[in-house]
Amino acid sequence: MGAFGGHEGRERRWTGLDRLESRNRPPRSLLLALVLASVTLITLDVSGGGSSPIEPARRAVGEAFGPAEAGVAAAVRPFTAVPTWFRSKGDLADQVRDLEASNAELKGRIDLAGFDRNRLEQYDGLTTAAEDLGSALVPARVVALGSRQSQSFTVTIDAGSEAGVGPDMTVVNNDGLVGRVLRVTRTTATVLLVIDPDSTVGGRVGSSMEIGFVTGSGSLDQEAGLDLRLVDDASVPARDDTVVTWGSTTGPYAPGVPIGTITEVYSSLREASQRAVVKPFVDFSALDVVGVMVPSGSRSDRAVIEADGSLR
Amino acid sequence: MSYLRWVAALAAIVVALVVQVTLFPHVAWHGIVPNLCLLVVVAAALTVEAPFALVLGFTAGLTLDLAPPADHVAGRWALALTIAAFLAARVRQDQKPTALAVVGTVAAASFAASSLFALSGVLLQDPAMSVAGLLEVVLVAVAWDVLLTPFVLPPLMKLFARLSPQWAAS
Repeated sequence: MGAFGGHEGRERRWTGLDRLESRNRPPRSLLLALVLASVTLITLDVSGGGSSPIEPARRAVGEAFGPAEAGVAAAVRPFTAVPTWFRSKGDLADQVRDLEASNAELKGRIDLAGFDRNRLEQYDGLTTAAEDLGSALVPARVVALGSRQSQSFTVTIDAGSEAGVGPDMTVVNNDGLVGRVLRVTRTTATVLLVIDPDSTVGGRVGSSMEIGFVTGSGSLDQEAGLDLRLVDDASVPARDDTVVTWGSTTGPYAPGVPIGTITEVYSSLREASQRAVVKPFVDFSALDVVGVMVPSGSRSDRAVIEADGSLR
Repeated sequence: MSYLRWVAALAAIVVALVVQVTLFPHVAWHGIVPNLCLLVVVAAALTVEAPFALVLGFTAGLTLDLAPPADHVAGRWALALTIAAFLAARVRQDQKPTALAVVGTVAAASFAASSLFALSGVLLQDPAMSVAGLLEVVLVAVAWDVLLTPFVLPPLMKLFARLSPQWAAS
């Protein structure tokens, strides 16, 4: 009986191995079908361009994932703040020294204020232009970041169409320009950062009022900066000059938003043009609270910061 | 049983994706995060039958392509993860894979998926990136995935094996 049982066991084992054998070979027909499905999707999305048939699917998936991402980000936030608790006296002393140094530098700059007055007037003009637009800010937090494997620099923020946010709106934080809204769901929006290699912003050099185009460099590193190419080849941008958005009321970027300062200027003899590196004011590796510029008086599900600084 | 397995696999994908875009950016190296969705797909390919793993790879890729922060051409991750699932299912042995085999499969699948995604980007000129930059991204991604393998793969493989006893490698 025992021997019989053992025999049966071996039988079963063999059939089991047969099965294993057959499942070890993945079906090529299925692989081919799925690969073709992927290629079809790619083709549809590439040929569709702005109004691609994939957009509704993106929106639907976004509606489902947006609240989940916002929820998890809110749950994670207290833990990401933990490292700041463990700051030693040495760290704090270092910070005091750094702040004293920058304070001294700022004092030095104030002494040179008269020299910069001319420049200041132009900045003032730009600022009033922004105020004339009468835009208000919808506050939002960054809840998800795209990975660099996906090669695009995009983030999700927790304000969507219910908060009055729509595509092509300008996103800023307290340092300067962050990016623009690509698409929205009810509760979230996807933002294209200005450091994305696909992002191009119309820029204006603060002192000379020359216009050009600022392109992303595809790096989170603040020193890697953005690329500025001026429209007028003859004009040379100056170092330490501020670049602001040139923009329009209808275009994706509102005018007069600071982008960064020029750190390097290269002149290319072959192309007979000037290329400058702009160091962005915003630290993209530590993005948290941002504001979306919406038309003044637009309806929103949260408090909106008006142009004059009041909260509505 | 198969129904339950699908539910578990899709739940794993959703959790992996949400954690990947919300939690890991805080510990990312130059913006490169571990690809948890890929780990779920490899776990399935190492435990259950190949057709399931292939379809799961496609689904996971499609989710990565469409879920919020993504803005690249849809279908690129779907293609990359389908082929990664195919490779992982191919290298599987008849017996329970050893720890070394699992780590090797993850590394190979991660390398294949990230490079396929990068290559499709070069072909489509989705964002034009330098080859050195792409290589850095691919290699760091492989290191991340291998680093997380001991924590993510064993529980997932146990889960898939329990939900499909007829296929569980003994």
